[in-house]
Amino acid sequence: MSKIKSVEIKIGLEVHCQLTNLKTKLFCSCSSDYREKEPNTLICPICMGMPGTLPVLNEKALEDAIMVAIALNSKISERMLFFRKNYFYPDMPKNFQISQYDKAGGVPLALGGYIQINGKRVRIRRIQLEEDPGKLSYEGTIESSTYTLVDYNRAGISLIEIVTEPDMETPKEARLFLEKLRSILEHLGVSNGSLEGSMRCDANISLRGGKRVEVKNISSFKEVERALNFEITRQKNLIERGIAVGQETRHWDEVRRITISLRTKEEEQDYRYFPEPDLVPVIISKDQIKKIEQSMPELPDERRKRFVEQYHLSPQTAEILTRSKAMADFFEESAKLYDKPREISNWLTGEFLSYLHDKGIEIDELTLSPKHLVDMLKLIDEGIISRKMARSVLQDMLLTGKMPDAIVKEKGLEKILDREYVRKIVEKIFKENPQAVKDAIVDKKAINYLMGQLMKATEGKIDPKMAGEVIRERLSKLSKFATS
Amino acid sequence: MPSYIKLPAYEIIKRIKAQELMAEDYIASLYERIKKVEKDIRAYITLTEDLALKKAREIDKKVKKREKTGRLCGVGIAIKDNICTRGIRTTCASHMLENFVPPYDATVISRIKDEDGVIMGKANMDEFAMGSSTEFSYFGPTHNPWDLERVPGGSSGGSAAAVASGMATLALGSDTGGSIRCPASFCSVVGLKPTYGLVSRFGLIAYANSLEQIGPITKDVRDCALLLSCIASHDPLDNTSVDRPQEDYTKYLIDDIDGMKLGVVKEFFGEGTQDYVEKGVLEAVTNLEELGTDHQEISLKNLQYALPSYYIIAMSEASSNLARYDGLRYGYRIPNKSYDWSTVYSKDRRFGFGFEVKRRIILGTFALSAGYYEEYYLKAQKIRTLIKRDFDIAFKKFDVLIGPTMPILPFKIGEKVQDPLEMYMCDVDSVPANLAGIPSISIPCGFSKGLPIGLQIMAPPFREDLLLRVAFSFQKNFPVSAKLRSYE
Amino acid sequence: MVERKKAISKEQIESIAWLARIEISKKELELFSRQLNDILFYFSKIDEVNTKSIPPSYHVLDLVNVLRKDEVKPSLSEDISQIAPQTKGKFVKAPRMA
Ligand SMILES: [Zn+2]
Repeated sequence: MSKIKSVEIKIGLEVHCQLTNLKTKLFCSCSSDYREKEPNTLICPICMGMPGTLPVLNEKALEDAIMVAIALNSKISERMLFFRKNYFYPDMPKNFQISQYDKAGGVPLALGGYIQINGKRVRIRRIQLEEDPGKLSYEGTIESSTYTLVDYNRAGISLIEIVTEPDMETPKEARLFLEKLRSILEHLGVSNGSLEGSMRCDANISLRGGKRVEVKNISSFKEVERALNFEITRQKNLIERGIAVGQETRHWDEVRRITISLRTKEEEQDYRYFPEPDLVPVIISKDQIKKIEQSMPELPDERRKRFVEQYHLSPQTAEILTRSKAMADFFEESAKLYDKPREISNWLTGEFLSYLHDKGIEIDELTLSPKHLVDMLKLIDEGIISRKMARSVLQDMLLTGKMPDAIVKEKGLEKILDREYVRKIVEKIFKENPQAVKDAIVDKKAINYLMGQLMKATEGKIDPKMAGEVIRERLSKLSKFATS
Repeated sequence: MPSYIKLPAYEIIKRIKAQELMAEDYIASLYERIKKVEKDIRAYITLTEDLALKKAREIDKKVKKREKTGRLCGVGIAIKDNICTRGIRTTCASHMLENFVPPYDATVISRIKDEDGVIMGKANMDEFAMGSSTEFSYFGPTHNPWDLERVPGGSSGGSAAAVASGMATLALGSDTGGSIRCPASFCSVVGLKPTYGLVSRFGLIAYANSLEQIGPITKDVRDCALLLSCIASHDPLDNTSVDRPQEDYTKYLIDDIDGMKLGVVKEFFGEGTQDYVEKGVLEAVTNLEELGTDHQEISLKNLQYALPSYYIIAMSEASSNLARYDGLRYGYRIPNKSYDWSTVYSKDRRFGFGFEVKRRIILGTFALSAGYYEEYYLKAQKIRTLIKRDFDIAFKKFDVLIGPTMPILPFKIGEKVQDPLEMYMCDVDSVPANLAGIPSISIPCGFSKGLPIGLQIMAPPFREDLLLRVAFSFQKNFPVSAKLRSYE
Repeated sequence: MVERKKAISKEQIESIAWLARIEISKKELELFSRQLNDILFYFSKIDEVNTKSIPPSYHVLDLVNVLRKDEVKPSLSEDISQIAPQTKGKFVKAPRMA
């Protein structure tokens, strides 16, 4: 990994995000709620590309896309056009995709813009609206299957395509960019990134001295870092062996976790773009932009600043929390339930985050609510469980979704609060360890051995403070007796 | 043979509404006529007799119960087979769509059903509307009722031949570069291409989206106004449909064109125009002058580029529109073989499409391909702007522009099929209206050597009223009468 | 013979036909080659027009902003097997990809 960083790397992304909060598809009135539906049941003559049918743009899709463009600081076109991108593929009902284009007189939704990650700007080249193709599946693998199964339920779903400049220098930056983008889209309420296939991307990478390689078919941004790392290693190996990296398009194979070269036949890229004659131009007025801008919810950057001011969090902590809308929401809800924001944020950015990272999941995929966390913190503050015990309670909560008090009861984790009971145990330990007691009377440091014995006998359920008090109390009685 | 098969629609409708004529009897008589002459003319791809008679009986019942009936009350209509009809196969005269049954109606079909029109069947055409003679049909050519050895014009040849031979009282055609007006001219009937955007294209199987319109093909101008009134309406399903108040075009049937200014377009009498045609059209101009109009010659310089520009645009759009026919979701698919998808597509399209369609797709693909886009497609669209400007200027001076619809008389079947370019040249006078998006009508203006000649009248956008007024006045005062030799 | 501009070669026709997914036979290639060159030669007439400062007329109408509400309407009620030539279960069956 460290070797990779030493080479100059340029990464650009082409991200496709579904506008998942729309009720219908981009150009027809079929329901867009296609996940887990029977194949080819959410189709109509329009999204099946049947003869004689015509597209009509979804008003809400346009508004959502404008919102995204505003959030990404892009310049929204006054008059945008749809273009046809012509190519044959079995997932394409019309064998052209209604998309947008920035050449040949084409004007996409928005140009320019940027996203800030870790104090660095990743520039946006363009943002456009387009339709999703259908979905192909195979018996076995794509290479071995003797036929292909096509489901057109996804065909016509609204996508926004966001193309960046090659401004990212590490796979990690690419991941951070995508996380931030997702957080922005989720804050805007236009897309739910946790839905399968709702955010996909192609990446282009060039190492110094090498040509640009495009990696397609990265189906989620969890895969991005992995795919990029693989590709960089592959290219570095080629360079080290003195082999030139050729300009090509490669496929990310999620199962084998490698990139594979696409056959040249499929690579032919004469898309014959031309303006879609069946869709009239869309004029976006300054008033409309203003209206949408005013109705826009708080974005991650603003929220981060507010977290610092309102909850007195460190900027770093606020940054980590707002990287995901679900995380930020979890934090705020917890803070609302229990006014200890710093304590809450410590747990979230510590234990929670490393658990989520290990499992590769998002916080909203947990069966855990802010009340779980808050209840646990209350148990600590009430002295019922120790901080150390809380960690094991948390692990249990994460796994089972049970409330913390239930876990504590079930496992008998309550701290021993009965001082008389502790005295009895201490008496027993003193009897069993006369030498240690003698030592402790003379040497204050030797008290630790007795403490250890006490903790062992109570399975750590005793408050160390009380343990020390009871032992010292008993020792002082003994020493008084000895000296007097 | 009952005389009402020769009657125009408005007469039929009047009689049905007055209970002087049973819709069922009238429709049955049309099918009688079809049984007699269709074997020679071949105007239809699909006949829907049972459906039509059922609908006719329903209408008769409605009339009897004095329920409200539509403006097309019981009248028999032939529908060009590129207009989708729910539950009735719509083939586009192509092997590719031989068994395609649309699960939806085109908007114009819904309108016709709402107005109680009766669909007789689906009319023959050039495959995917690509042609000017109805010879390029997978189902074989249609013959001109006036001379069975000749073509009826195209691509809406079946629609025009059906109306001309009494196998339908009204018909719908579509006009991308003259496909309504050409067969109207060749078959001596009335055909109108509306202003782009006046009639919904939803359900019209696209050939070249930015050029085409559905329009009426009728026996006379009054019927034309009636059918146009029924189909012209705003449709939210079509982006290019204009939202304007619905009109009753029959109110423009006024026999008064005194003082109107006519521009006779010089370029419409260019090289390639037959003398018979020129003579016939100029005679019509003289006739119009008798009705108090003024005429002057006018030259629209950029019209000389109209034909190549039209074909470049039409072929380019077609190459993309017809990409969807791959045999996967509907349409023709080669018998199960173990080829990969690309090979299967290439074979489906090789055997599913006819020569002319393949020629146009390949040329259109070429015109849009990298490095050629600006030279062809973009350039043609720019010339379109110039042609539009020429018309704008001309309409500042003239109310309507006139010329022949076709430069030649109907030609023999087979005469031009070997030479595509020669066939394209037939459209020289009809494509300008499509490029400019303006309305244009063809009306019969005489015969030469027993073959029909059509007069073309063009007006500014959405001035169908002017077209109808001029056409109506001409037809009223100078009716063209000729008897169908073969079928009287 | 005068050398014609913009001729399209047979190889070009073959690759364009592939791009358009239309298999053509040797005979068709011969025929198309002759016909397409005639047609393209005729099309070259437009070269004489200067269109440098002329905007294209992609749409003859000035219509803009035709949109629809984000409201669900029923999808097709027909089963896919009634529409597509080849199906497997509820899927459309396509040829192999590789
Ligand atoms: Zn749909």
